[in-house]
Amino acid sequence: MAAQPSSNGYLVGSNLERVLRAGHFAVTAELGPPQSADGDVIRKKAALLKGCCDAVNITDNQTAIVRMSSIGAGAIVVQEGLEPVIQMTCRDRNRLAIQSDLLGAYALGMRNVLCLSGDHQSFGNHPSAKNVFDLDSIQLVQMVAAMRDAKVFQCGEPFKGQEPRFFVGAAAAPFAAPVEFRPYRLAKKVKAGANFIQTQLIYDIPAFKAFMEKVRQMGLHEQVYILAGVGPLKSPAMARYMKDSVPGLWVPDEFIERMEAAGAPWADIPKDQLSKEDKKARADAWKQEGICICIELIQQVREIEGVAGVHIMAIEWEEAVRPIVEGAGLLPRPDVSAAPAQEAHHD
Amino acid sequence: MIVAEQKSLDEMKSLIGEAQKVLVVGCGTCVTVCFAGGAREAAIVAASLRMATRLDGNAKAVTDVTVQRQCEWEYLDEIAEQVRAADVVLSLGCGIGVQAIAEHFPQAWVVPGLNTGFLGLPTEQGIWAERCAACGDCLLGRTGGICPIARCSKSLLNGPCGGSEGGHCEVNPDIPCAWQLIYDRLNSLGKLDLLLEIQPPKNWKAARDGGPRKIVREDLRLRAEEE
Ligand code: SF4
Ligand code: SF4
Repeated sequence: MAAQPSSNGYLVGSNLERVLRAGHFAVTAELGPPQSADGDVIRKKAALLKGCCDAVNITDNQTAIVRMSSIGAGAIVVQEGLEPVIQMTCRDRNRLAIQSDLLGAYALGMRNVLCLSGDHQSFGNHPSAKNVFDLDSIQLVQMVAAMRDAKVFQCGEPFKGQEPRFFVGAAAAPFAAPVEFRPYRLAKKVKAGANFIQTQLIYDIPAFKAFMEKVRQMGLHEQVYILAGVGPLKSPAMARYMKDSVPGLWVPDEFIERMEAAGAPWADIPKDQLSKEDKKARADAWKQEGICICIELIQQVREIEGVAGVHIMAIEWEEAVRPIVEGAGLLPRPDVSAAPAQEAHHD
Repeated sequence: MIVAEQKSLDEMKSLIGEAQKVLVVGCGTCVTVCFAGGAREAAIVAASLRMATRLDGNAKAVTDVTVQRQCEWEYLDEIAEQVRAADVVLSLGCGIGVQAIAEHFPQAWVVPGLNTGFLGLPTEQGIWAERCAACGDCLLGRTGGICPIARCSKSLLNGPCGGSEGGHCEVNPDIPCAWQLIYDRLNSLGKLDLLLEIQPPKNWKAARDGGPRKIVREDLRLRAEEE
């Protein structure tokens, strides 16, 4: 079923949709809920992110570690005047639970959903749990889009009243295996009804350009808004870990070397002689370089035709987002609250 | 075949408990082929239990017998006497064999000697791998004969997820990524277009999620009644 705009011309009218429809280069960030019931953690993080992104993803038990629910945290984020993108995985909920949670999320004012398969529970802190995977991410996209456009539950029954209208997102992992298939998998997500895509972290710009070229050949960039995933490196060790151990992440040696160079002033001091102050100064130098690299990456992906924005993943480092967005020249964020819906177009 | 492996001798001993007369029952079908509970294994388990209980100072009378198929009642009739005489039956059948004995001999106390693993095949000497999850609605015709339900860690129908790397699954480098296998096979057969179709949500009702399942073949039933 084709996407049906509502009366104001927007599918949903979320801030993210408005920014993208107006042709602005969008910025989303990420907010990781705490492993506790403390809502103040969310409020503090929201304060760091407010004004420097158009919407913020709230992760859903990321890496299969139990955290405050994305919808619970999202409700607080809404109260704080920031727009959430609710992440929803297929790992922990079947089609009944997902739909009922989304009805609640809509009623609480949430308007964007990112549909994910979810990391396997064996990675997290409850590896003996049973998983669900009743749906997969593509079927989830299809379901959430049909809830909005066909106004039906997954079973085909109509809603008894207001349908939940979400701007539907999906993820893309351009460098996961088999790499040749990745543009086609993106096409499937578009066909399923995805309105926007957030990619896995991009460090290898030439490889991402090649991916985007294929995406353009397939005309996908005209059917979906693609936000390139970027994130600041925190240390050379983190860079190496990402390169060696995270599937679908390609980190060129150049960046690992730059991170090492940033820590060079402390490199000759024997480990046991590094003072607390030294360690802090070195960590700051690394972080500074990580932020610089991230800004450069944003500037480079922005030049790629078909990239409609960036998704900044500064995991447990929300403080980094503002300097990155500012450094990339993307402040202030546009106010599109009164913008009429225009024909979809991209930068 | 159904692939199973033996429980530890300690667990078997604790399952047997205070019983004195123990009958170890092997099965001549799947668990024979996977070297977990055939005649040979039943004899070895019985001998081990005799020896272990003697060393413990409480020698038990352990005998063994193997039927051709523990999962069919008619094959169990031949061991009725031995089952009656035993205080406990230690079944080396799969979970179906254990239950067949329990159902067929209401008075018998039966315990499992195996952990039933999965439906699979031997991939090399000494290694068995899962192949089917008995989902009740086989979709191998769409995936080049490779099952994503049983072999993808997330049972994705529209894979591969973003965790696939170097041919293996994100869960463990020892697990081949089912969707990489599907991709490679469809690619080599020139049928990649199959992967472009979106597979709709699965009807899990045909799987265990619909409750315990049963297959009724009226054609066979009628014939049986006519006999
Ligand atoms: S699709 Fe179902 S029946 Fe077919 S092999 Fe897989 S689990 Fe077994
Ligand atoms: S890596 Fe492959 S096998 Fe593992 S969950 Fe993802 S698609 Fe399935």
